[in-house]
Amino acid sequence: MEFFRIRRDIPFMRYALVLNVISFLTFAAAVFFIITRGLHLSIEFTGGTVLEVAYTQTADINRTRATIEKMGFGEVQVQNFGTSRDVAIRLPVRSKDGGDIKQTEVAGRVFAALCQAENGTVGTKQYTTPQGEQVSRPSCTAADGTEPLTLSRTEVVGPSVGAELARDGALALGFTVLGIMIYLAFRFEWKFSVAGIVANLHDVVIIIGFFAFFQWEFSLAVLAAVLAVLGYSVNESVVIFDRIRETFRRMRKMTTPQVIDHAITSTTSRTIITHGSTQMMVLSMLVFGGPTLHYFAVALTIGILFGIYSSIFVAAGIAMWLGVKREDLVKVGAKESDPNDPNAGAVV
Amino acid sequence: MNRYPWWKYAILGVALLIGLLYTVPNFFGEAPAVQVSSGKATLKIDPAMVPRVEQTLAAAGLKPDFVQFDGNSVRARMADTDAQLKAKDALSKALNPDANDPAWIVALNLVSRSPAWMAKLHALPMYLGLDLRGGVHFLMQVDMKSALTKKAEAYTGDIRTLLRDKNIRHAGITREGNGIEVRFRDAAAAQQAQNLLLDQLPDLAWTPVADGGDVKLVGALKPEAATRVQDQALKQNITTLHNRVNELGVAEPVIQQQGSDRVIVQLPGVQDTAKAKDIIGRTATLEIRMVNETTEARDAERGSGPVPFGSERFLERGGRPIIVFRQVTLTGENLTDAQPGFDGQTHEPSVNLTLDAKGSRIFKDVTRENVGKRMAIILFEKGKGEVVTAPVIRSEIAGGRVQITGTMTTQEANDQSLLLRAGSLAAPMEIIEEKTIGPSLGADNIAKGFNSVMYGFTAIAVFMCAYYLLFGVFSTLALAVNLLLLVAVLSMLQATLSLPGIAAIALVLGMAIDSNVLINERVREELRGGASPQTAINTGYERAFATILDSNITTLIAGLALLAFGSGPVRGFAVVHCLGIVTSMFSSVMFSRGLVNLWYGRQKKLKGVSIGQVWRPDGGGTPAAKA
Repeated sequence: MEFFRIRRDIPFMRYALVLNVISFLTFAAAVFFIITRGLHLSIEFTGGTVLEVAYTQTADINRTRATIEKMGFGEVQVQNFGTSRDVAIRLPVRSKDGGDIKQTEVAGRVFAALCQAENGTVGTKQYTTPQGEQVSRPSCTAADGTEPLTLSRTEVVGPSVGAELARDGALALGFTVLGIMIYLAFRFEWKFSVAGIVANLHDVVIIIGFFAFFQWEFSLAVLAAVLAVLGYSVNESVVIFDRIRETFRRMRKMTTPQVIDHAITSTTSRTIITHGSTQMMVLSMLVFGGPTLHYFAVALTIGILFGIYSSIFVAAGIAMWLGVKREDLVKVGAKESDPNDPNAGAVV
Repeated sequence: MNRYPWWKYAILGVALLIGLLYTVPNFFGEAPAVQVSSGKATLKIDPAMVPRVEQTLAAAGLKPDFVQFDGNSVRARMADTDAQLKAKDALSKALNPDANDPAWIVALNLVSRSPAWMAKLHALPMYLGLDLRGGVHFLMQVDMKSALTKKAEAYTGDIRTLLRDKNIRHAGITREGNGIEVRFRDAAAAQQAQNLLLDQLPDLAWTPVADGGDVKLVGALKPEAATRVQDQALKQNITTLHNRVNELGVAEPVIQQQGSDRVIVQLPGVQDTAKAKDIIGRTATLEIRMVNETTEARDAERGSGPVPFGSERFLERGGRPIIVFRQVTLTGENLTDAQPGFDGQTHEPSVNLTLDAKGSRIFKDVTRENVGKRMAIILFEKGKGEVVTAPVIRSEIAGGRVQITGTMTTQEANDQSLLLRAGSLAAPMEIIEEKTIGPSLGADNIAKGFNSVMYGFTAIAVFMCAYYLLFGVFSTLALAVNLLLLVAVLSMLQATLSLPGIAAIALVLGMAIDSNVLINERVREELRGGASPQTAINTGYERAFATILDSNITTLIAGLALLAFGSGPVRGFAVVHCLGIVTSMFSSVMFSRGLVNLWYGRQKKLKGVSIGQVWRPDGGGTPAAKA
């Protein structure tokens, strides 16, 4: 089985200008959306409270929202999460002078209010699981002993923690970029370093642009995915640069654009197959991973798809325009020929 | 040329074996167990509890799988839940004769089912994070400012006493924020005072400031002293938390310092945040009272008489009763520090207490009037008191520095100081982050993570085998070994696995296949160019290696940055990511080469390799790749 029956080197670099203009436009669009719409950050970055409750019947979102809004905790976001019975509730950070209800008490009170709306009473359930573990958890019991709603998860993040996580995330991104640039400059040459980093930052910005445009929740997991994509994308460019270096060494007569074309064409099959395989794994995560991993998988998918594009066209194109030459990569060893040697320069 | 020396195969074999050994515990599941931990701050659990538990269970006709001491508690693994409940009853009756005042907490818990010999080799299952197990997570911040303010307040009193004793006139001492200001009418007095204070209170640094006609001495805690105060407050709080958490009967609580002023508390299995917060937020109080040594009191101690009026009965740490007066001489508020040490002359272990100004004044009076009598220091927790130590007063003690010696080992001196500090005010803590995960959600998450990895792996495996035939099979096997080694290393390190961690495993597998694709494509290319099969294999692996190395290093850089700056689940992701890259380099290059060499290496006249279709363009034009 061979999917890639390519007879000639595909002249990618002829279209380098067009392709790079397209990528620049998408880049500009992404930046525009990031600036105008901003990111929908999760509470890990902004601080706040998140509750996930599971109702036994299909949840009535509007009633839930009304109940919580009456409590006066600020702007409440209520939405379905996973199934129609699961509801995720998000409340903003309480400022220090927001009354005498501390942030850590908010979740408990909201649960109590929701329980009351279902005509239940809040209590604690203590039981031993059939495996033999003791569990003690808050519960909402109705008059007939059933539990109209259960608390799946709560998360409370103070404002200082959120700000710190945001700063750490930015630092992680900065150091990754720096580290990769240094490595590429050391392994290949500075022109490749610049080309590689520009192409791959382009990827990162596009992913963030998607998240800004669709207002998907940008959490720490998504940030981790973005950094993973950055590493993976550079991976891509490295394979091509490696081929370029090898081609410079082997094919003495080719010009730089021809060398680049040859390198890209030879690695096409490997590129597509690898991206396909990784995408299969990410697809599996999208389908089976559930709502927690959903945006993580989405970020990875966008990164993988745009990664092919950016590593091939953008990276190689920029390298070409920066004027990459054979001499940059292939260190020609000075062959010291003795001027007095009558056989100097003779070749069989 | 495609032969691996025998020792390389030996390495591969050993790696496989270790991988299997350390991965298998993860699949054993959990068995019911009973956990015994200390219910009182004054009681410490030690290995001597193990035979006691064994005897109690044997007497009840129960046979545990094993009884183990693991630092904080003793665990006995039982065969099933019935046995577990019977064991709990038996142990509660035997260890806690007074049901209202339990000295030991007996709780039901789960312990891994792996056989004991594996546990001895430290082949334990991975530690599951909260989002896979369910539980409660708190991030608490110590209010350092108030710790420093209290210290400054205490110093203000001390300075006042010092200056008065040396007859140095001053015009006022005030505390400003975390610093102290002392006013003087003239520079000479200020200088004298500065020398005195530098000598007596080495932790403070002073700067003279002219203010109007007066000279002010502005004092602040030296940076090393300030860090020391913070450090101590944090460690003190962590110890107190350990003791408190034991009460909840949690199987594997995590209480760790994070940074310079934060503590992480993770309680798997607990979903009741209210109860957890209640127990953790409780404070203990300390009281110093005089011991009642009249004959009636001694009768009461022996049990032959009632407790006299105006006195109360407490138990000492060994269990002996002591009768103390109800009147409180000093409280923990006046105790600023308690440290273990050694007596200057006899070199016996001792406990050194430091009292603040008010405390030392009261203490001086009390000790002067009660030489030869005993004084009891009582720790109150949950409303019940226990006597920590009851030393004899030998002489009047002024200056607020008290040394308690006599019949204690260094360990006991350490323990007692710890307890005394628990009663004095450590800095208060505030919860800045809180997460609770319900148990069903935890199990759900494991299933989801596992399914994603499994289906993704299957899809990749099918594709590779179909496209690259035998080489594809080798690549798939290498990927499987990669997974095995990764899980084994994570289990060995006892790393915490979270849902992002499982996602990282999936991602690592998706990226690891890249190396094998590179190799396979390269071999195909060499074959296409007309090289002989043995040469093609060799060149393919050689050429591909440089590219594999480069690409893995760049992914590693991203992983390391995440590791350095990430926290919590993101850190878990980063750890798995970085480890995965290392294991993937080993398995995709060395292991797959080992397999290929095993299969093809010996055949001298190899005609072809099973690598799928090696399509050759038929003459004319520029072929896509040329040797």
